[in-house]
Amino acid sequence: MAIYVNKDTKVIVQGITGETALFHTKQMLEYGTKIVAGVTPGKGGQVIEGVPVFNTVAEAKAATGANASVIFVPAPFAADAIMEAVEAELEFTCCITEHIPVLDMVKVKRFMEGKKTRLLGPNCPGLVTAEECKIGIMPGYILKKGHVGLVSRSGTLTYEAVLQLSDAGIGQTTAVGIGGDPVNGTNFVDVLKEFNEDPETYAVVMIGEIGGTAEEEAAAWIKENMKKPVVGFIAGQTAPPGKRMGHAGAIISGGKGTAAEKVKAMNDAGIEIAPTPSVIGETLIKVLKEKGLYEKCKTH
Amino acid sequence: MNIHEYQGKEILRNYGVAVPNGKVAFSPDEAVKVAKELGSNITVVKAQIHAGGRGKAGGVKVAKNLDEVRAYAKDLLGKILVTQQTGPQGKEVKRLYIEEGCEIKKEYYISFILDRSTSRITVMGSAEGGMEIEEVAEKSPEKIFKEVIDPITGLLPFQARRLAFNMEIPPKLVNQAAKLMIGLYTAFVEKDASILEINPLVLTEDDKIMALDAKFNFDANALYRHPDIVELRDFDEEDPKEIQASKYDLNYVSLDGNIGCLVNGAGLAMATMDTISYYGGSPANFLDVGGGANTEKVTEAFKIILSDPNVKGIFVNIFGGIMKCDVIAEGVVAAAKQIGLNVPLVVRLEGTNSALGKEILNKSGLNIIGTTSMAEGAQKIIELVR
Repeated sequence: MAIYVNKDTKVIVQGITGETALFHTKQMLEYGTKIVAGVTPGKGGQVIEGVPVFNTVAEAKAATGANASVIFVPAPFAADAIMEAVEAELEFTCCITEHIPVLDMVKVKRFMEGKKTRLLGPNCPGLVTAEECKIGIMPGYILKKGHVGLVSRSGTLTYEAVLQLSDAGIGQTTAVGIGGDPVNGTNFVDVLKEFNEDPETYAVVMIGEIGGTAEEEAAAWIKENMKKPVVGFIAGQTAPPGKRMGHAGAIISGGKGTAAEKVKAMNDAGIEIAPTPSVIGETLIKVLKEKGLYEKCKTH
Repeated sequence: MNIHEYQGKEILRNYGVAVPNGKVAFSPDEAVKVAKELGSNITVVKAQIHAGGRGKAGGVKVAKNLDEVRAYAKDLLGKILVTQQTGPQGKEVKRLYIEEGCEIKKEYYISFILDRSTSRITVMGSAEGGMEIEEVAEKSPEKIFKEVIDPITGLLPFQARRLAFNMEIPPKLVNQAAKLMIGLYTAFVEKDASILEINPLVLTEDDKIMALDAKFNFDANALYRHPDIVELRDFDEEDPKEIQASKYDLNYVSLDGNIGCLVNGAGLAMATMDTISYYGGSPANFLDVGGGANTEKVTEAFKIILSDPNVKGIFVNIFGGIMKCDVIAEGVVAAAKQIGLNVPLVVRLEGTNSALGKEILNKSGLNIIGTTSMAEGAQKIIELVR
């Protein structure tokens, strides 16, 4: 089961002819991901790493039956690439590209209203369903198949948590990096809903960071709806307050967004918070034992 | 990226937003010359620094004649201004804005910013303009009015009027205010701003609605399409180490501890600082080398870290995804050899190509202390800088 993607997901790599895209296409193929097509406008007809390249996403989808894509297109053109994937009605697209202008993403979100595609990212590491499908840039070898779901705003911290779980014999269903941009396609609550419904996932690790109010919103949702234990961590607890200009930022966030606020909201929702990133695994194991889930989650 | 008030007002003028006449001055002589040209009864001398709270901190002076203009200009130039937003070290005043004074009947607040919860630009307005706006927002949030803007239509005239009525702008001036708001929104979008705040927006005795201040912040990711904005950057307002970092696309913030940090990913970089602090150490900086780092960038990152005299040791914490550990390792070795590293260096490499990276470090012959986890690495470097 797991969430969003599995061994049957057929993936298009948008911007496949770029250096970074090519490196990660190889890594995804090695992991076993079904990469069925690449798209680079003007390079249609080529074959790279055994993958046929097309000029447009719609063409690639029609020829291969692809239902997902991953975007490695440079920032000035990335918003356009996302909208092309949405227009082609792919079920899922994941944008790895960082540094996309915020107003470009505001337009993308407006364009996506009423459309069926789920966007993950941008500025995210992608997601991995353990031992089935890796879309994006996560180092896949650290994941082991099991029953814990992970969702995080930070790529490298996700790897950190996954490694701790795998080393402790706790396997995972899917690890999802939602990315750190202020305007993104998928938020904590979207992913938590999926994990809540997924019969293979028994517990969830949620890793947030300072800024925005996504963690507070997730905490409120968890308090009302979550049937499974959640363990968390918030990065940036010792970050000094940023230099700022004016008051608009403080007014719009209504005093929320600090590490202390987030930890408090999550504690109130019954989420156990790891005091340092090094003990996320330990904290989860403690909670699993308390809930009588440890034996079921111990997979290797 | 931030700009000065006088630069912000210049942009606003181009979008038809009413602002008082004025000009920048770099010396008392220039200030007097500008004031003469303006020829107004009252002249306002305003310190130009990239921070709010200038009025309260004594950075805005009202002069009744040219002698007073000169005296205030002399006093303000070179002064270290400490406001609520500068931090205790303050900021040196190097530029002044000389502006004609106006008779203010009432002060309002208006700002444009991204609302993350709706993924739309939102305009916020209030009849309670002036210095205490954050307190108003906290204690009486019902006095802050918002309009959420559809990016396809832009700020619609009826929305602007509704906001103006809510802000208690006199009915006969609502259309004037609405036109000004649409001008502000157009400037925001066309210049890829991330914040545009006017505090105060004023109603003058002769019934004009004017922007008396202008705070612009621009989206760093969109600067590539705004060379005119990039030209407004004032390097005097920034930390030299942060300027150097930005040239190499490194995300660096200097702090006051003694352990230099080089990390990939903002989340892991913050978590590394948290971990160092948890074990009783003190980070000297936040540094995210980003996803696309190469040997040159890593070398530059090392130079920046080591240019801070407080740094007594360095902790490199890399979990490779898009970033390959061998690239980091090569950068670390090249930098250490080039600079002649003389502080302890603890390196943790995990993720993509980590084995290759560790091999490069081992073969380098450099005194690099390897570690397998963030917690262990943090404790080792704290021990070594003691």
